[in-house]
Amino acid sequence: MADAGKTANPNGQGGTGAEIDPVTGYATTGHEWDGIRELNRPLPRWWLWTFYASIVFSLGYLVVYPGIPLLNGGSAGLFGYSTRAEVQDAIDLATEAQAGRLDQIASLPLAEIKADADLDRFAVAGGRSAFLVNCIQCHGTGAAGSKGYPNLNDDDWLWGGTLEDIYHTIAYGIRSDHPDTHYSEMPSFDGMLSRPEMAAVANYVLSLSGRAHDAALVAEGAALYADNCASCHGAGGEGDRSIGVPRLNDAIALKAGTTAEEIVGQMVAPQHGVMPAWTGRLSDTVVKELALYVYSLGGGEAAAQ
Amino acid sequence: MNTHVPPVAREEGATASNVERIDVEAVNARGRQKLYQARVKIYPKRAEGYFRRLKWIIMAVTLGIYWITPWIRWDRGPYAPDQAVLVDLANRRFYFFFIEIWPQEFYYVAGLLIMAGLGLFLVTSVAGRVWCGYTCPQTVWTDLYIWVERLVEGDRNARMKLDKEPWGAVKFAKRSTVYLAWLLIGAATGGAWIFYFADAPTLLLQFVTGEAPAVAYITVAILTATTFVFAGFMREQVCTYMCPWPRIQGAMLDEDSLLVTYNAWRGEPRSRHQKKALAEGLDVGDCVDCNACVAVCPMGIDIRDGNQLECITCALCIDACNGVMGKIGKPLNLISYTTLRDYDANAAEARSEGRAAATAKQRAVGLAHLVRPRTLLYAGLWALIGLVMLAGLATRDRLDINVIPDRNPLYVTLSDGSIRNGYTLKVLNMMNEPRAFEVSLDGLPDAGMWVAASEDHQPVKAIAVEVEADRLREIKVFVAQPGDVARPGLSGFIFSVRDLGGSETGSAAADFYAPE
Repeated sequence: MADAGKTANPNGQGGTGAEIDPVTGYATTGHEWDGIRELNRPLPRWWLWTFYASIVFSLGYLVVYPGIPLLNGGSAGLFGYSTRAEVQDAIDLATEAQAGRLDQIASLPLAEIKADADLDRFAVAGGRSAFLVNCIQCHGTGAAGSKGYPNLNDDDWLWGGTLEDIYHTIAYGIRSDHPDTHYSEMPSFDGMLSRPEMAAVANYVLSLSGRAHDAALVAEGAALYADNCASCHGAGGEGDRSIGVPRLNDAIALKAGTTAEEIVGQMVAPQHGVMPAWTGRLSDTVVKELALYVYSLGGGEAAAQ
Repeated sequence: MNTHVPPVAREEGATASNVERIDVEAVNARGRQKLYQARVKIYPKRAEGYFRRLKWIIMAVTLGIYWITPWIRWDRGPYAPDQAVLVDLANRRFYFFFIEIWPQEFYYVAGLLIMAGLGLFLVTSVAGRVWCGYTCPQTVWTDLYIWVERLVEGDRNARMKLDKEPWGAVKFAKRSTVYLAWLLIGAATGGAWIFYFADAPTLLLQFVTGEAPAVAYITVAILTATTFVFAGFMREQVCTYMCPWPRIQGAMLDEDSLLVTYNAWRGEPRSRHQKKALAEGLDVGDCVDCNACVAVCPMGIDIRDGNQLECITCALCIDACNGVMGKIGKPLNLISYTTLRDYDANAAEARSEGRAAATAKQRAVGLAHLVRPRTLLYAGLWALIGLVMLAGLATRDRLDINVIPDRNPLYVTLSDGSIRNGYTLKVLNMMNEPRAFEVSLDGLPDAGMWVAASEDHQPVKAIAVEVEADRLREIKVFVAQPGDVARPGLSGFIFSVRDLGGSETGSAAADFYAPE
């Protein structure tokens, strides 16, 4: 039978190149890899049945689940399954699971929410979500602000850094149209002080926070500061949170920057930030969550005892 | 085997009129070959002998390990489960006696799988498909099912007879007994599987009272069904058509691998009438063509056709043949575990010195070339991975700290001019008891830290952290450095963690960013 392998399949008129394998006597498929030829052996019948069974299964699947495209949408399937309904179910479940905690946040005072570590974590997460939607336009995604927009991560506050202070600021805004809003205004010193006088004041202010300044102007600046500025900003530039006056003796400069020119600019044409009142736009629960979130960023201050 | 008929050669110069047409049709003509073939049922006859006994023992040991393991208890203290082997998917922990693996240590499992693969290569290159023949679950459960079948219905002939009988009370009783026993074994198989994933006694109680999770019932149902079908009806079809290993074995075997081999140089030409043939002076081999080897084969092959894809090397044909050889007073091992090299040597000997001389010199189990580059490589790699894993296991940390720095904002300037960075620390207590740790800062001059959630923002050098047993604790901390000390750009430093009640330590590198 040595030559049998070289013989064409006696019935192989199809011209597939199939041959008879000399060892087994079976026809080959004509496929060859590195001299290894594939035998053309019959499939097990159970395999065929498995194939048919999977066809039947697919038909059932098509009927049970949405699967047939129609002119308007598609078939609904026997049980009305839809991925949208599944998402809605998941959302409903999550909402239901949150309900208890949201109720707690709505009813409890901020300090008590803060004291409950678990509830606080939940509120901070909710506050972060609300912050990313409503606040990042001015304060930035990291709440780091920018010139004219306060950095909420630091420990410098215009209107106070306790939970209640932060809540109040968020709820009623700054210079907003809400009657309870924070309001402060710095007058323009244009005309009241000359430019050289303003420059002297600016250099004195820079010296308060230890920044680079012209020491020769400090004495004159100090005198002018005491007469014109100290009533609001304090004798040492410590500011006054009760009326939203910024500190001048720290390392954080909100609007005036770190050069004498910028400080003079602020004295000539003071800029005032505006923040809308969020009460009415957001629910009280969300405002509370926002307060707890901002508080958690690192600058939160304990309430005065 | 060679059953096809070669085509008739046409003689040169022959004309159509004077050539006789032979009435023949090729056996394997395309038209006669079926596309699909129904399974031909195999009725393995009971074998007796060394390998059959060995297989019973291995079956008892492997099934025993499988069924008993989840019930072994192992005391780990009050904070961890007391099941010796437990895959706790809900808490993502894997317990194996004194070893506990967290998800990030999954490489130990990967290592075990690689060792299993290399072990399979090693065993296969030395002794062929011993995994298939002795320890594969498909083989073990099929063996158990055949044992049940034989117990109720009788041996090969009785089973064949019963199959041919029309359905009656006796046949129905026997068949339902067998199927019921199979189902029970299948259910026990699936049942044992689920106990590896939950506390076994609790789950058993839940399972019988109908309070177990749905997935437990579904798993048991699926495994019962697959065991019932695979071991009861599919049997050799699983090995031949569903398993990839028979296809790979060709690459794993070489001329020094032990294979169940029919020693054709000794057996051929076979004869059913040995004495008569010998008396007539005919040259006959030892094979009396009794077909005992074929009757016991669970794979339905004739080992005398040579090494075949279907053969799982269960060696039952060796037992069957040795029984016959013993009865007729011939040397054993006409069918034997033999390497191709030994076989060729024996065959050459038989050609030159005669069959009898070669038979006298035949080795029962030829392991002449057990040590060869291939087996050394497999064994070396296997041992190397095992040693590396053992060393890793012996020296691994049960305390770890991971640091995730705040990226937005990168830094915050505080009113006193100092620079603050934020970090989320993850402290892992991988011991089964609550522990108190101290996390400290190293390598950042004049820096201090505080826990973000605390009201007290006074920077300190070290903070105390308590972590529950076998848990991870996440803490947000702020680190601040005086503005005049902070170096612009990135400064590397270390978060160190120390077990206050022990000696274990851990550390993680971090960067402190200060503005230019």
